Amino acid sequence: MTPDATAISATYRAEVAHPDTVAMQTFGFWIYLMSDLIIFATLFATFAVFSRSYAGGPAGKELVDLTYLLGETLFLLCSSVTYGLVMLAVHRGKKKWVLLGLVVTFLLGLGFVSMEIHEFYGLVAKGYGPDRSAFLSSFFTLVGTHGTHVTFGLIWMAVMMGQVAVKGLTSPVQSRLMRLSMFWHFLDLIWIGIFSLVYLMGVV
Amino acid sequence: MFGKLTLAAIPFDKPIVISAVGGAVFLALVILGLITYYRKWTYLYHEWLTSLDHKKIGIMYIILALVMLVRGFSDAILMRSQQAVAAGGHLGFLAPDHFNQIFSAHGSIMIIFMAMPFLAGLMNIVVPQQIGARDVAFPFLNSVSLWLTAAGAMLIMVSLGVGEFSQAGWSGYTPLTEKAYSPGVGVDYWIWAFQIAGIGSTLTGINFLVTILKMRAPGMKPMHMPLFVWTAFFTSVLIVWAFPVLTVDLALVTLDRCLGMHFFTNDLGGNMMMYANLFWTWGHPEVYIVILPAFGVFSEVSATFSGKRLFGYRSLVYATAVITILSFSVWVHHFFTMGAGPNVNLFFGIATMLIAIPTGVKIFNWLFTMYRGRIQFTPPMYWTLGFIVTFTIGGAAGVLMAVPPADYVLHNSLFLIAHFHTMLIPGTLFGFLAGYYYWFPKAVGFRLQENWGIRAFWCWIIGFYLAFIPLYVLGFMGMPRRLQHYVNPAWHPYLLVAALGTALIGLGIVFLGVQLVVSIKERRALSDTTGDPWDGRTLEWLTASPPAAYNFPKIPVVEDIDAFMGMKEKDVAYRRPEQYSDIEIPKNVPHGLIIGAFAFLGGFAVIWYIWWLALVSALGILGTVIARSWDDDPHYLIPAAEVQRIEDERHRQLAAVAQRCPADAPASPEPVPGR
Amino acid sequence: MKRKKVFVLAALLSLGAIIFLGGCSTVVLFDPKGPIGEAERFVILAAIGLMLIVVIPVFFMAFWFPRKYRASNTASTYMPKWSYSGKIDFFMWAVPFAIVTVLAILAWTSTHALDPYKPIPSAHKPTNIQAISLNWKWLFIYPEQNIATVNQIAFPVNVPVSFKITSDTVMTSFFIPQLGSQMYAMAGMQTRLHLLADKPGVYTGQNQQISGVGFSDMYFKAHAVSRKEFQAWVQKIRQSPEKLDLNRYEQLAKPSAGYYPVTYFSGVKPGLFEDIVRKYDPTWKETPGTMSKSSASTPASTGVLGGK
Repeated sequence: MTPDATAISATYRAEVAHPDTVAMQTFGFWIYLMSDLIIFATLFATFAVFSRSYAGGPAGKELVDLTYLLGETLFLLCSSVTYGLVMLAVHRGKKKWVLLGLVVTFLLGLGFVSMEIHEFYGLVAKGYGPDRSAFLSSFFTLVGTHGTHVTFGLIWMAVMMGQVAVKGLTSPVQSRLMRLSMFWHFLDLIWIGIFSLVYLMGVV
Repeated sequence: MFGKLTLAAIPFDKPIVISAVGGAVFLALVILGLITYYRKWTYLYHEWLTSLDHKKIGIMYIILALVMLVRGFSDAILMRSQQAVAAGGHLGFLAPDHFNQIFSAHGSIMIIFMAMPFLAGLMNIVVPQQIGARDVAFPFLNSVSLWLTAAGAMLIMVSLGVGEFSQAGWSGYTPLTEKAYSPGVGVDYWIWAFQIAGIGSTLTGINFLVTILKMRAPGMKPMHMPLFVWTAFFTSVLIVWAFPVLTVDLALVTLDRCLGMHFFTNDLGGNMMMYANLFWTWGHPEVYIVILPAFGVFSEVSATFSGKRLFGYRSLVYATAVITILSFSVWVHHFFTMGAGPNVNLFFGIATMLIAIPTGVKIFNWLFTMYRGRIQFTPPMYWTLGFIVTFTIGGAAGVLMAVPPADYVLHNSLFLIAHFHTMLIPGTLFGFLAGYYYWFPKAVGFRLQENWGIRAFWCWIIGFYLAFIPLYVLGFMGMPRRLQHYVNPAWHPYLLVAALGTALIGLGIVFLGVQLVVSIKERRALSDTTGDPWDGRTLEWLTASPPAAYNFPKIPVVEDIDAFMGMKEKDVAYRRPEQYSDIEIPKNVPHGLIIGAFAFLGGFAVIWYIWWLALVSALGILGTVIARSWDDDPHYLIPAAEVQRIEDERHRQLAAVAQRCPADAPASPEPVPGR
Repeated sequence: MKRKKVFVLAALLSLGAIIFLGGCSTVVLFDPKGPIGEAERFVILAAIGLMLIVVIPVFFMAFWFPRKYRASNTASTYMPKWSYSGKIDFFMWAVPFAIVTVLAILAWTSTHALDPYKPIPSAHKPTNIQAISLNWKWLFIYPEQNIATVNQIAFPVNVPVSFKITSDTVMTSFFIPQLGSQMYAMAGMQTRLHLLADKPGVYTGQNQQISGVGFSDMYFKAHAVSRKEFQAWVQKIRQSPEKLDLNRYEQLAKPSAGYYPVTYFSGVKPGLFEDIVRKYDPTWKETPGTMSKSSASTPASTGVLGGK
């Protein structure tokens, strides 16, 4: 719009486009993920500071069962793949496939969380609880925060299954599925960070 | 059933506390009674508590901030009185455990529950209007933020009468805040009040980032945004980057306290300085979070009341950006004395000094905005001038403390207290009070009475110098902060002067109250019928005062800085469009209020280990969020005819004003009060 | 109104100047009794002087501009559109930058020179004192003399004093204002501080960091005395019937109410200071080397983020 055209038409737009709610929600969610990333970054930094503070307790090596961990990781990575398939089905408008995909993803995520709880339980039973040393405190907190996120993702997913079933693939539902997808893949990325920095480097 | 909570939690044995609690409860009952008597509950509920309108949310934030200002100030006057009498062998009237709670509450309240809601309130009222938007990006989230902040504030207020507050200072250094040294509920109150309000703040930051980036009026390029919008933007960036660190830091203290972990304990590998590092990684940016919006206010105020364009707009924007980035690289200057090497201290010391450069630039920008202007001495202008002089002193004191060897002797002394009050009272509170006066007519439709505002200013500024110059001297006299009593008689006279200054500030607060009452009484004479009482420059003055629910009947198109001034100069500001169209406005919903209530209950429950209630609250919040997510049509439609009716009425008023004083209508239809 | 403001501020500022520069002996930071404190006073005054280069013009403009360009003064120039000047912009960035550059140089040299971990060069062997922060009193151990005191120290003038500092409670800060620098005391860690008094006298020492209800009572006296007097003081303490064994220490470490009276111990359990540090970090070993790099090898103290 040229500055010279200062008639009313230039001062007021004749027809105001409604702000694009979905785009704004997606953008806002990116910013939320960024702030969540800072939470994880802080926890990673805390873990790094305490990575040798065993205080006579176990070191990283004594905690890690790599095969078990591989199983856990596979659950989460597969769930990311199946969620990708969910989004493909969303774009094609296939409600049944979306629901099926969500159920599979949910079960895989549940598998991951269950394995993690089992792992924690085993450590606590061995006397390696989070109150044993600063190292263990930071280990449990970092991994546990990720696990809590996954759990919230599962609750969200359950709600979405309900919404897809009841409301169908309406635009708001699609937008929510999209954001859940961002969240889920984000958690996958964080897990890869935890896997390499906490577990793999702990073994080395 | 009630966890650790018993009747013994109410401090019946402390007459000062009990009378304060009694007073607060009485006042609350009176207010509730009045609301009931005038049958205003439905009005309050439908029009305010459940409102998603950014202007109403903003007003509620500011009411909260002003209430908490009074609470925080009463803590201040108690501290100053205690130190004024507890000299020589005297122990004063406050026991150490009580005194320690008071200074901890004072800092926590002033930062988290006065400054933060005040800035959130101003941003809410002003930013959408300045960028030509009808609301913030996420109106519902906005309501959640408000009620989370209120829930946190409520927890602090409850700590007064049920249990205790933290005794470890607002910064809550470990290991003093660990279970081993603070077994009571005080620290938990501090943690949960911060946590709940902090989450609210983070959501506010996200909300305003999206609002400013995505909802500007067509044509408004970043370099066209009013300076207040820029500072709101950078403040939001800082909030989103910094608050998560606080969230983690406090969560780790909670894990130490509740689950026996060892992040910051003395033993088993814990490191207390890790807490301080994380705390100030948030804490220093937090200083700029509360200061930057005030900088924005000063920029708006000095341009408007100098009748002139802001000087060095670009410089100001870049200076703000530099401050934002540098604020993350200075946190170690809060503990130069922990024994880190000279190079570590130097890095953070020099980074701190660097911040003085852009800050100095800003001071000069405001000064040169006044240069060759026509300055009207309204209260906001008084606050601005008071700020410039005082803040410069505080800034110099800050740069001084950035030199590590100087900090080795000034750290944790009253000099430090004087320094940061000289930053935060002018740099935050003066700015917010200027903004409060400046935007008051926009928010409620009538101006504040001027003379009482100026009287309040003089009490504040003289009281301020009387209260804090002695503290600088006491710092040089080696007096540590936070002493409940002291033996050195040389300190006593200075503390007496400081107490006197604080009393004068108290008078300033009373005058602000008088100003509000007088203005409400004289609201007809003070009414602003044009929407533009100060001959404003930015878009918020284009709307009516108070604005219609939709702010702008048609979204304006922006071509330059000072968009509204440009429209007035081209005489197109008040032209009416051919026709209006329907406008979508978010529906009011109670979910934000409900989430806030559950957050308060949940916070209270975990503080007192009432686990069933904590679980119920968590489920309550989850359920409310899910219920809200089920609603796919959160808007209602204002039909074009209704918009037409509202706008007809507004233009009738404008025309009436234009008739009364045709000379400078409609741009500045009422003579601007000057002196 | 303006006049009143100018008057009030001028009065306050001159009052301040009198207090700061008067050399009044109660303003202890300006009345240092040793080289560290003196150097720190110089740093403070030099930095204040440098900053006045900006502060004074700001004050001047903050009073002159509003006065000259008040709305009622229609004779003054009015340029409503004037909003930029390259020259002014340059100076308002350049002047603060130049001052900060000079300040940074000052900071650089003084921070290295006044590193609290750096021993003070002297012909004399330093007096070694171990300071332990307790709730709410200071315990001092003289390892070479095998004596200990509560809330009192003495040392010869013109001889460096070398402190090793730790805490058996929360974090506190050890500070004798007239001698200079303070240093945090932290459990499970050892920090260092080197001071020197060049004038005899009794100087107050204190805790500078809130540490709980007894915080206000956590002060002590530091006596800078001649060598002879110091020897006599040590002899006096050696007469004390009390010895500081583990039992007595545990009793002492319990929270006390009010100011803890000065107490002398004629003997100390060997290695008590190290035991107190190891109570929280059993792996702690003191490593030689006096520079400010970590003198402790605690895992927690590695890196920038940890304390020492």
